[in-house]
Amino acid sequence: MYALPILIGVNIITFVLFFVVNTPDDMARMHLGIKRVSEAAIVKWKDDRGYNKPILFNGRVDGTKKITETIFFQNSVKLFVFDFGRSDSGRDIGYDISQRMWPSLAITVPSLFIGLLAYISFGLILAFFRGSYVDVSGVVLCVIMMSISGLFYIIGGQYLIGKFLHLVPISGYDTGLNAFKFIILPVLVGLIGGIGASTRWYRTIFLEEMNKDYVRTARAKGLPESRVLYRHVLTNGLIPILTGVVVILPSLFMGSLIVESFFAIPGLGSYTIDAINRQDFAIVRSMVFLGSVLYIIGLILTDISYTFVDPRVRLN
Amino acid sequence: MPVIFITDFLIFLLLFGVVAFFFYGRKQEHLAAPWRDVRKRSLAMSSAVILFFFVCIGLFDSIHFHPKIETDKSTEKIYSNEILSVLDILLSDLRLKNEKTYSAPLASYSFSKEMIEQENGKKIRAYPRLIYGGASLNNPESESTADIVKRISLGFLYGLLISAIIINLIIFVLSKLMRASYRTTLHNCLLNKFNTHWLAIFITTLTIIITICIICSLSQNYHVFGTDKVGQDVLYQALKSIRTGLVIGTLTTLVMLPFAIAMGLMAGYFRGWIDDVIQYLYTTLNSIPGVLLIAASILLLQVYISNHADDFNSIEQRADLRLLFLCIILGITSWTGLCRLLRAEALKLREIDYVQAARAFGVQNYKVIFRHLLPNVMHIVMISIVLDFSGLVLAEAVLSYINIGVDPSMYSWGNMINSARLEMAREPIVWWSLAAAFIFMFILVLAANLFSDAVRDAFDPRLREF
Amino acid sequence: MTRKLIKIVNRLIFRTCRTPYFFIWVPLFCIACGPSSWNNPYPYQESNELVYYDSFSERPKHLDPVSSYSSNEYIFLGQIYEPLLQYHFLKRPYELAPLTAINLPIAIYQDKDGKILAEDSKAEDIASVKYRISIKPGILYQPHPAFAKDKSDNYLYHKLNLTDLKDIHTLSDFDNTGTRELLASDYIYQIKRMAHPRIHSPIAGLMEKYILGLDKFSDELKNIYQIKLNSGFLNLNDHELSGAKLIDKYTFEITLKEKYPQFLYWLSMSFFSPMPWEADLFYSQKGFAEKNISLDWYPIGTGPFMLTENNPNRRMVLERNPNFRGELFPIDGENKDRDIGLLDDAGKKMPFIDKAIYSLEKESIPAWNKFLQGYYDTSGIVSDSFDQAVQFNTQGDAQLTEEMEQKGIKLLTTTTASTYYMGFNMADDLVGGNTERARLLRRAISIAVDYEEYISIFANGRGKPAQGPIPPGIFGYVSDETGINPYVYQWENNKAIRQSVEQAKELMSKAGYKNGRDEITGKPLVLNLDTPAAGPGSKASFDWLRKQFAKLGINLVIRATDYNRFQEKMRKGTAQIFQWGWNADYPDPENFFFLLYGPNAKIDHNGENAANYQNEKFDLLFDQMKSMKNGPERQKLINQIVELVRYDAPWLWGYHPVGFSLHHDWYKNAKPNLMANNTLKYKRINPKLRAEKRIEWNKPIWWPIVIVLFVFSVILLPAFILYRRKENQLISW
Repeated sequence: MYALPILIGVNIITFVLFFVVNTPDDMARMHLGIKRVSEAAIVKWKDDRGYNKPILFNGRVDGTKKITETIFFQNSVKLFVFDFGRSDSGRDIGYDISQRMWPSLAITVPSLFIGLLAYISFGLILAFFRGSYVDVSGVVLCVIMMSISGLFYIIGGQYLIGKFLHLVPISGYDTGLNAFKFIILPVLVGLIGGIGASTRWYRTIFLEEMNKDYVRTARAKGLPESRVLYRHVLTNGLIPILTGVVVILPSLFMGSLIVESFFAIPGLGSYTIDAINRQDFAIVRSMVFLGSVLYIIGLILTDISYTFVDPRVRLN
Repeated sequence: MPVIFITDFLIFLLLFGVVAFFFYGRKQEHLAAPWRDVRKRSLAMSSAVILFFFVCIGLFDSIHFHPKIETDKSTEKIYSNEILSVLDILLSDLRLKNEKTYSAPLASYSFSKEMIEQENGKKIRAYPRLIYGGASLNNPESESTADIVKRISLGFLYGLLISAIIINLIIFVLSKLMRASYRTTLHNCLLNKFNTHWLAIFITTLTIIITICIICSLSQNYHVFGTDKVGQDVLYQALKSIRTGLVIGTLTTLVMLPFAIAMGLMAGYFRGWIDDVIQYLYTTLNSIPGVLLIAASILLLQVYISNHADDFNSIEQRADLRLLFLCIILGITSWTGLCRLLRAEALKLREIDYVQAARAFGVQNYKVIFRHLLPNVMHIVMISIVLDFSGLVLAEAVLSYINIGVDPSMYSWGNMINSARLEMAREPIVWWSLAAAFIFMFILVLAANLFSDAVRDAFDPRLREF
Repeated sequence: MTRKLIKIVNRLIFRTCRTPYFFIWVPLFCIACGPSSWNNPYPYQESNELVYYDSFSERPKHLDPVSSYSSNEYIFLGQIYEPLLQYHFLKRPYELAPLTAINLPIAIYQDKDGKILAEDSKAEDIASVKYRISIKPGILYQPHPAFAKDKSDNYLYHKLNLTDLKDIHTLSDFDNTGTRELLASDYIYQIKRMAHPRIHSPIAGLMEKYILGLDKFSDELKNIYQIKLNSGFLNLNDHELSGAKLIDKYTFEITLKEKYPQFLYWLSMSFFSPMPWEADLFYSQKGFAEKNISLDWYPIGTGPFMLTENNPNRRMVLERNPNFRGELFPIDGENKDRDIGLLDDAGKKMPFIDKAIYSLEKESIPAWNKFLQGYYDTSGIVSDSFDQAVQFNTQGDAQLTEEMEQKGIKLLTTTTASTYYMGFNMADDLVGGNTERARLLRRAISIAVDYEEYISIFANGRGKPAQGPIPPGIFGYVSDETGINPYVYQWENNKAIRQSVEQAKELMSKAGYKNGRDEITGKPLVLNLDTPAAGPGSKASFDWLRKQFAKLGINLVIRATDYNRFQEKMRKGTAQIFQWGWNADYPDPENFFFLLYGPNAKIDHNGENAANYQNEKFDLLFDQMKSMKNGPERQKLINQIVELVRYDAPWLWGYHPVGFSLHHDWYKNAKPNLMANNTLKYKRINPKLRAEKRIEWNKPIWWPIVIVLFVFSVILLPAFILYRRKENQLISW
């Protein structure tokens, strides 16, 4: 499969990027704090984290250790077996990821599915009323909503619903069922932010489908419009939509960067942003790797889903 | 003394490229025909006019220089270290009229109360007068509304006058070109009988010029969008942000274009191992989460800048380099989409008979690509440039939020939103920075979206009948 | 037909309702029915418990008391660990009081021959200083698995292997806990840990200078450690430290190499908390570090609270330590404390709350709004919400706004023992050095940068322009006319007025930079400022700074970098002008003057003198002043020192921030104490009042949603009609 060489590529790119950007000295300094930091402490820190090893090749030890006792091996190659190691602040990254995955999913999964439902309905409605004022104003509304930066939706939503209407907590998260009241607002904001682009896209797909010959035939048969729409257009239009969704399915684990940090949701998105801001590159590297793996899984899933949808395509 | 930033250079290169492409495209029927279609659309033409104004502001803001310092000795020429643009000179009124801190749009008094020492030595807490806002008024409380109305109507009249002159000038030129009388041209314009939707153009120009005039006449005496935390005019910031938005929106595509075209066409044309390598390359790049790649690269640049701090003796230069770098990185993360499209198109094209024929005659590969493939994918390139634009402008705002966008010292809508976000908590709320960024960004992105829609519809005729 | 379309949508909706989403709808209704508000971020069952709610914005990095050195860690550590001494909660000026020690240790000075010297004898004569400290018997540690023993008195969890750890993820996964009495040897153990080769203690270098034998001890450990690198645990009890001797079970003695009265202040900081060897052994077992089970994450103390939940991604929870001995609330304080009810609880057993929940709030606005909604008990004030909370009256005093008063919110203010300054790199050719030209330039800039304006714009007036390095509240600070910096200020109408920009320009001309242009080359002056601040928030302050320098015609280039790069620049001394700050470790002027002490220079000695200021006279006076007792003589010396540095102006003295904090009506016993970290035990909460207020303040508002829905349906109505018509048409067609 093509997965492995891609992961190796990703790994090398990230390793090079991050070690040029962030030398072990920097990491130590970042970690050791502000007041009274001595050089000796930095050396000590590097020893402790294994960053004093040579980057690619260690001549001081024997045998296979020449390769394994290096920064590259210790920090990058181990990722392949999903051994993320410890973050620069000393926590086990794998455990953190497994913990923070759930809040991310709690936001992204409802956003995706409710969104899909809403956007498809809207798209269908617009396609149904094509040419009428509903369609025109709908499309204009979509373009307008597309032209507003997502940040405004978040700021507005938090301000209005959280602060003025007292309907949901402004931000935060809780475990279990209590999480519900915390995720309503982020999901809603995510939904509204996506309406413009998605509805318009789905509308085009449906319109394209409606213009195909079989739909015309169906219409000519005298089938009522809504049945045509439901039976033929929706089912056939769903194919490109769903196969498009499959690609992003795995990446739902990664969470959403902005939404999570605005609403203080302890998911992987805010984990990544924190790591960037704190320059904890062990975490960033792991997240890059995880992201690539998920992306590749998405690609494979798409291939598989094509074989389901279209029997002519075969996996070889 | 002129200063040329790298982005300035690239902007003018781009401008030159666009003009050259325009003359090239005029002769190519398959490119010219869809454009005629775009010209007929009213919405497209209105957005084009709006975009034109934005681009003009951006271009004015891309000519930089060190201003001269007045010296006692007239013989030597000494230049300030400050770097200004032509736009700064045009807007020097806005740029230099700084208040102390926040003030609301069109206000004459400061936003927050301060201790004021009265003439009799007594101290009271009151809203102090602004230095520039409403400065010409003696008693702003009673006079300011009347003054504002007066200025608006004055601006309106001026706007009407100026736009009337411009529109008449256009009609006049048109009539000369058409060799028709002024009257018939006017008539045809208004009844929309030309290939171009002149009526839409005129109405938009009228609206824009009137708005500009009103704003001009108001800014003589007020801060139209208020002032920010350190008393800078918000309108000025929003106008300066235009260049940043345009640069991100256009240069990013420009930077990635050569790669995307070359790689895409090569992969599709040669197939085999070249195709494999290129596919591997873009899948790998695509699989890295874009934000993380951008974060790493921006940090890389910061390291570079601070290690070579002496090479950059002005903030503007540092900011400019960062902007360019951001464009490049955004380009790297976004070229794969276009590359894939072009590869698919090239795969199709290489099977077409004239390409096959050229190959059979032994024409060199690069010539085939240049002569036969490239012109036939130009419309895809164009659509993707136009479509990407608005997305990139919006992306800038989001990136600035995570601190990996443009330099914090640079004027940009992202930075404006970001700092204004915290101001929302003020009581009474400071909304104008956010509003200004919102309005400008919204207008630009909306215009770009509408325009790109028209372009796509024209070039991609599958959906035209709806 | 309509029905069909609706059916599609409905079916999709109901299907989702029926299956997993059903489980989500149910709690929604539970929330709606519960007696708590909709937007309550906590479970409503918690409402009537004695829980204190607060937020933290930055995740603590270390909770190991020997490495922790930042205030966001002290919030937690202060409640868990108990050093020997503490600051008295109410008395001002700050005063040390015993915590686990029986009384304040008294220094015994000895000369070379061991003869005991009087306290005021010369520093040169003193060869050693001894502190004999006795701790209270009967103090118990919190329940902890490290102490757990089986029936035959063997430690349960001291010899674990990796398979035992399979199901262990947090400390609470261990079934058994135990406790032990606090012993004097635990304090010695901690002092030894400062020298541990694996642990970074920020004060190790400093303490090696003072504690007898600590430097040698450190080398010794390093050697031993290298030999037995892989065994993990290094029992420090096996190694002797000459400066810390055990006398008996409850008594030990610390020996210092020289006179260092400030040492007692250090004894009140968490660096000198007790550490049981059992814990060290427990946490150094194999496999623990990989599971984040370490001292950095699970502290073990004798204090009133213990950390029961450590989830830095979301919240930290402190709970009452069941083994806590029950310290009594102080019975004396300042005169006014009794009147404002701060002594109502005098003599009562602490702590008064059962649990403290700290939630992560990275964004200041949500945190602020939650405070207003009653979901946090206390809050600071960020610049952006300041006007909403506080206004100044005509006398210039801070007062709460009406909105806050109505909510019963209370305000506390205090000038912090910190200073934010702008330093010149004295090793720089242009602004640094001992030349008159550079000095004049520095002084001109000192006048031009208008910190009064800075404070009013960026800190909402919450700051005091500094006249020198010492902040108010620290011995040596002079508040009247004689205390002003005559090079920057003048005394008018009973207050310090900044000299005019004209005067600064005059200084510039004198220095040979007329109108900001170098008279020799004719070129405009360009200066570089390095600052670690980056991000959109700092743009405004950069603009402001450039404006200040522009007053003198100087072009300021701001080089904003990340903190790493900034620190490196400072270490190499390549910065020209920089911004930094200092928080006092303890209330003594020595802690501020040492920032300008020559042998502490950043470049050569990697010390804290970031400006690399060198002045022999200063160093001499500083050495004299540092070990003196507070009194008129010390004040005289301090005045001399201050005059020296004011004249040289290696810093723009900047300002001392004034801390404003708000708390709700139901939160009692609040008094700002900048030095003490263990103040949670004094606090009292009235949960009933809190629950009432929360409901009152958070009534959900529905009508805008209803209106939106209504407008939406009105818009869609014609479409619906159109749809009906279209369908009819189609059928006829």
